[in-house]
Amino acid sequence: MTTALKTENLTITYTGKREVTALNDVSVEFNENELTAIIGPSGCGKSTLMKSLNRLHEIQPNVDISGEVYLGTQPIYATDEPLPEIRRRVGYVPQKPTALPLSIYNNVAYGLKIHGNHSKAELDKLVKKYLQKVNLWEEVNDRLDAPGAELSTGQLQRLCLARSLAVEPDVLLCDEVTSALDPISAESVEETLKELKEEYTIVMITHSMNQAKRLADKVVFLYLGNLVEANDVNQFFEKPESERTKQFISGQGVVGEDESSDEEKQPATTAAQVL
Amino acid sequence: MDGQTETEVADSKTLERRLRYERLSRYWLLGAGLFAVALFALIVLTLAHRSIPIVAEHSLIELLTSANWDPAQNEFGFLPAIVGTIYVTILSMAIGTPIAILAAIYIAEYAQGRTKVLVASFIDVLAAIPGVIFGLVGLIVVVPFVGDYLAPAFGSHSIGLGIVTVSLVMAIVVTPFIISLSVESLEALPDELRESSLGVGATKWETIRTVLLRAAGPGIFSAILLGFGRVFGATIVPAMLIGGQTAIPDSPFDAGETLPSLIVNDFGELMSIPLTQSALIFAGLMLLVIVWLFNFGAMFIRRRLQRRWQY
Repeated sequence: MTTALKTENLTITYTGKREVTALNDVSVEFNENELTAIIGPSGCGKSTLMKSLNRLHEIQPNVDISGEVYLGTQPIYATDEPLPEIRRRVGYVPQKPTALPLSIYNNVAYGLKIHGNHSKAELDKLVKKYLQKVNLWEEVNDRLDAPGAELSTGQLQRLCLARSLAVEPDVLLCDEVTSALDPISAESVEETLKELKEEYTIVMITHSMNQAKRLADKVVFLYLGNLVEANDVNQFFEKPESERTKQFISGQGVVGEDESSDEEKQPATTAAQVL
Repeated sequence: MDGQTETEVADSKTLERRLRYERLSRYWLLGAGLFAVALFALIVLTLAHRSIPIVAEHSLIELLTSANWDPAQNEFGFLPAIVGTIYVTILSMAIGTPIAILAAIYIAEYAQGRTKVLVASFIDVLAAIPGVIFGLVGLIVVVPFVGDYLAPAFGSHSIGLGIVTVSLVMAIVVTPFIISLSVESLEALPDELRESSLGVGATKWETIRTVLLRAAGPGIFSAILLGFGRVFGATIVPAMLIGGQTAIPDSPFDAGETLPSLIVNDFGELMSIPLTQSALIFAGLMLLVIVWLFNFGAMFIRRRLQRRWQY
């Protein structure tokens, strides 16, 4: 199995009024053409980890970062490659389905127009191709000029996927992409993701254990900025190596526990062993 | 009733009282709302009523198209003041709007930390300075600048007072106001918009130009139109700096008159001529109607933009 993306000793600290270490020495690998789910309680650094994978957290002020992220073998922090190109190769779909203030057509064509000189005919073909890829073409082909924001949230989230896919990224980051959707829309997005992971490397944050079981090939469990366990999905749910993982997947309160610092350290060692 | 305890009786009384307030509150609020509407109607009707004498004596077309303003000779042409108003409004907005939008983008998207706080508060202070102070500074600084340097540089002659002078000062008056409102619109946009655009590899500038300016477009557009209204109705700065010439200006460097400055400058002086008062009130009515049309149009266009550029 080839590694598409990996982090090495990634530590991220928010240095605002109150200093918070959002990620602490996280080293984790994401395999090619697999879907890796990141799970963990709220505020444990899932989004920070995800955004650090294409340096999107840099739009916030006061962020300190050490360690490195490798896209294939290429580092994305210590590199001369321009940031927009890195972000093209590692696409990002936000949690809240977000239409750009453009038509449905131009939402998909947005990245294409930025990155290349396509003729109108080529654009038409590509827009159709990516809308088909996310199973949206049938639903919207008669109103491509309508504002993207007029779609239902489920359709909108698939439009966001199409927009990200259109620039042919190597990796797709999906931040809880189904959490804002009703069950039926969520199912259609899940179906789409399932098809997409044949072709793309996908990293997805989810709060749903069941969703992770259904979709993921690999699961990464973060707790308070530490990597607790990263493992094959079956292994992770059937035979978790860490005590904390066991508690978390069985739904026992891991949040707000008062624990000694000894126990804090233990999961990190487990994680290191896994890797 | 015998089945009820004392507390139950007390509770039902409390409920009765609360419901009475509920019914009454509807009337107070309706009354306040109607008062605002009535006030507007009263102003319009008063102005319209007092304009009747001038419109009865001189036709509407004559008033709007005659270039001759000379109340002593019974000549009431508003064209010079109308032209002056249009000149000043367009010139100030043409100078102010691009600067305002660029500054708003800088503050909302580029400035960080202490710089941002400093620049933003500086602009808020600028927006709060009374117009008369801009008028004074304009007299001391802008009048000589226009008279001695700017007009000669354009091969024109100017005494310093005039349309360009007013426009420059009004641009400075209105810019901070447009900046503040535009910054608010930009900062209200969700980060998801920025992340979605940057996430497909757009640069920051592409994100601002294609995504953020559209999404904040209705708000920025409103800010610009409110700015228009401000310049259009500005009184003290034109009254101090325009030079009070009721002739159609040949060049933007000429002295002139705007509708508001005409009203302030002439209202006290020419009261001995009976029709003058009515004529100036008619000017006021014109201002009111145009500003009202402006707001109405702005609302309409804003709605269309909101639909088109929704996110």
